[in-house]
Amino acid sequence: MNEAVLATIVAIAAAALRLATPYLFASIGEMFAQRSGVLNLGVDGIMLVGAFAAFYGTLTTGSVWVGVAVAMMSGLGMGLLMSVISVTLKAEQGISGIGLSLFGLGLSSLLFKVLVGTVKTVEGFRPVQIPVLADIPYLGDIFFSQSLPVYLAFLLVPVSWYVLERTPWGLSVRAVGQNPAAADTLGVNVTLIRYACVCLGAVLAGVAGAALSIASVNLFQENLTAGAGYIAVALVYFGGWRPVGILMGALLFATVTAIQLRMQVLGVEIPSDFAVMLPYVLTILALTFSANRARQPAALNQPFERGGA
Amino acid sequence: MAIGTGSTSGARGGRRRDVAGYLLGASMPLLAVAVALLVGAVMLLFLNADPLAAYGALIEGAFGSTSGITQSLVKATPLLLVGLGICIAFRASVINIGAEGQIILGAVFATWFSLQFRDWPGWLLIPSTIVIGFLAGAFWGFIPGILKARMRVNEILTTVMMNAIALQFMNFMIRGPLIDPAGVTAGQYLAQSEKLPEQVWLARLVPQTLLHAGIFVAIALALVTYVFLWRTTIGYRIRAVGLNPDASNYAGIRVPVYQALSLTLAGGLAGIAGAVEVIGVQHRLLDGITSGYGFSGIVTALFGGLHPLGTIPASYVFGSLLVGADKMQRAVQVPSSLIQAILGLIVLFVVGSQYWARRRAARRVDTRVSLGAVVEADETPA
Repeated sequence: MNEAVLATIVAIAAAALRLATPYLFASIGEMFAQRSGVLNLGVDGIMLVGAFAAFYGTLTTGSVWVGVAVAMMSGLGMGLLMSVISVTLKAEQGISGIGLSLFGLGLSSLLFKVLVGTVKTVEGFRPVQIPVLADIPYLGDIFFSQSLPVYLAFLLVPVSWYVLERTPWGLSVRAVGQNPAAADTLGVNVTLIRYACVCLGAVLAGVAGAALSIASVNLFQENLTAGAGYIAVALVYFGGWRPVGILMGALLFATVTAIQLRMQVLGVEIPSDFAVMLPYVLTILALTFSANRARQPAALNQPFERGGA
Repeated sequence: MAIGTGSTSGARGGRRRDVAGYLLGASMPLLAVAVALLVGAVMLLFLNADPLAAYGALIEGAFGSTSGITQSLVKATPLLLVGLGICIAFRASVINIGAEGQIILGAVFATWFSLQFRDWPGWLLIPSTIVIGFLAGAFWGFIPGILKARMRVNEILTTVMMNAIALQFMNFMIRGPLIDPAGVTAGQYLAQSEKLPEQVWLARLVPQTLLHAGIFVAIALALVTYVFLWRTTIGYRIRAVGLNPDASNYAGIRVPVYQALSLTLAGGLAGIAGAVEVIGVQHRLLDGITSGYGFSGIVTALFGGLHPLGTIPASYVFGSLLVGADKMQRAVQVPSSLIQAILGLIVLFVVGSQYWARRRAARRVDTRVSLGAVVEADETPA
């Protein structure tokens, strides 16, 4: 009995780490964009294109690394498109992001239907047992028997914190997001920083897509993300624009999802539709009651005009 | 910042002096569509498909037959209704991404209502079903609206989440409480509702087609929305809030109230789209009832310059595009996802091209700091 409960908890925890991985990549990427003052709402579209690119690259070459590289390249392309529209042409960011999402959804479906056609599976990333640590009872199964992208996603949390808070470049990013006019006066190239942050975010969103298609489900289908990119954007708000906050949010969200999936497997008497609803309701509640709003970058969603407001 | 200056901004401040500028402003959305189609053609070339054949099939499908034209009008109806809501919301600088969910709520409650009161005569049941659709959609818009007004929660994110919740709610309803009893008796658990009573069906305008009277409802509401936004105090305040929230606040307009109101009304109009889709086209509730209108409605409204009257022709253009895409897929096997990608590009290019419209406007008016300036700038008819 106790053994069964423990096994269930281990399974849920391990699944939660796996499910949190795409969100971590996408949300931390989006965090960079938002800290520089650009709300990129196109994450979902970028993830879809990245997911297809990774899937197709892996399918045709048999190498997951080619898949990841193609996903990053396509993310970069989408990031450049978003930058031109939102930074150079100063478009309303919420709307241009929706445009990018629609474009990504259409493009990935189009490419899938023309180039692949039917549902196929690929050999994705396999679990990597970390020597010694993987043998620790329970904890080894949860933390040290995951696939490489999972480890990398969690490594990204301290790395992104260091880049943002402890490097000169990170300082510039924060300055541009708080007060672009002042940063501009001090010789920081606002446009360049924003391009870099949006593109970095988009590359990570591409990786997030790859984490779905070749490290989780090992296939691609139309609208594979099912709105995960929007949740990733919400997690940035929820996490107060900080890597640790985002980590907490992603783990909370992933745990609720893992429990919900488990309940369906165990046949708990809740209509599955309501169970699927749960994470979204939770996100709205979290957005409503999190006290983080004061941390929002002051210039978020505001195009920068030299000599203007 | 003010959004929705769109094609009308070319008209601001100098209608007589700057006809060329106005024409340029009005042609921006057309240009955006042309460029997007061009990019789509390049994508087709990369995929070894013939763009001319694809677009030829698209145009032939949309305009080459009675069925193409009536089908386009059928799709234009929900696009117009959703687009009108988008006009109201975006004019208040409230970004409503939640039309999908609002359509669903309208459709679910319209279905439930007309089945519940199936004994009522049509002249009573049809309008009350539409009102119920409005109320359900408005409720779904009110939630993110009030969260934005009271708790300053970002409406873009909440409306997206509300879409997902609405979708699951509908899944539950058409597999549970609203499932077709006849289907259950027959042993087939199709995820769809019972057929609605015939007196609630909207009249078909052309025999052998799906074209229904809902299009008149949509056009009438476009006129109402125009009068509301440009000829009433509340509408004026909604636009003022969108153009300059700080100045509006200073002038004593309660900005959050009008933002919440605009989101509620936007939800209501999308809810009507859902109700009309159910009683006009499908005559029952089933999976995929929204057909993505919640998103393509945004494209429609942007293309229409966020103006209720401009959205009328825009809805026909995009209705045709969607119908043409389906026929293209069947005729030359180019997936209709192409059109979805092109819709995304149109959004990107339309909002991107406003850069030039704003630059022209900025040259003419230095700053718009006072409400008076806002009024003056906006009173020029578009």
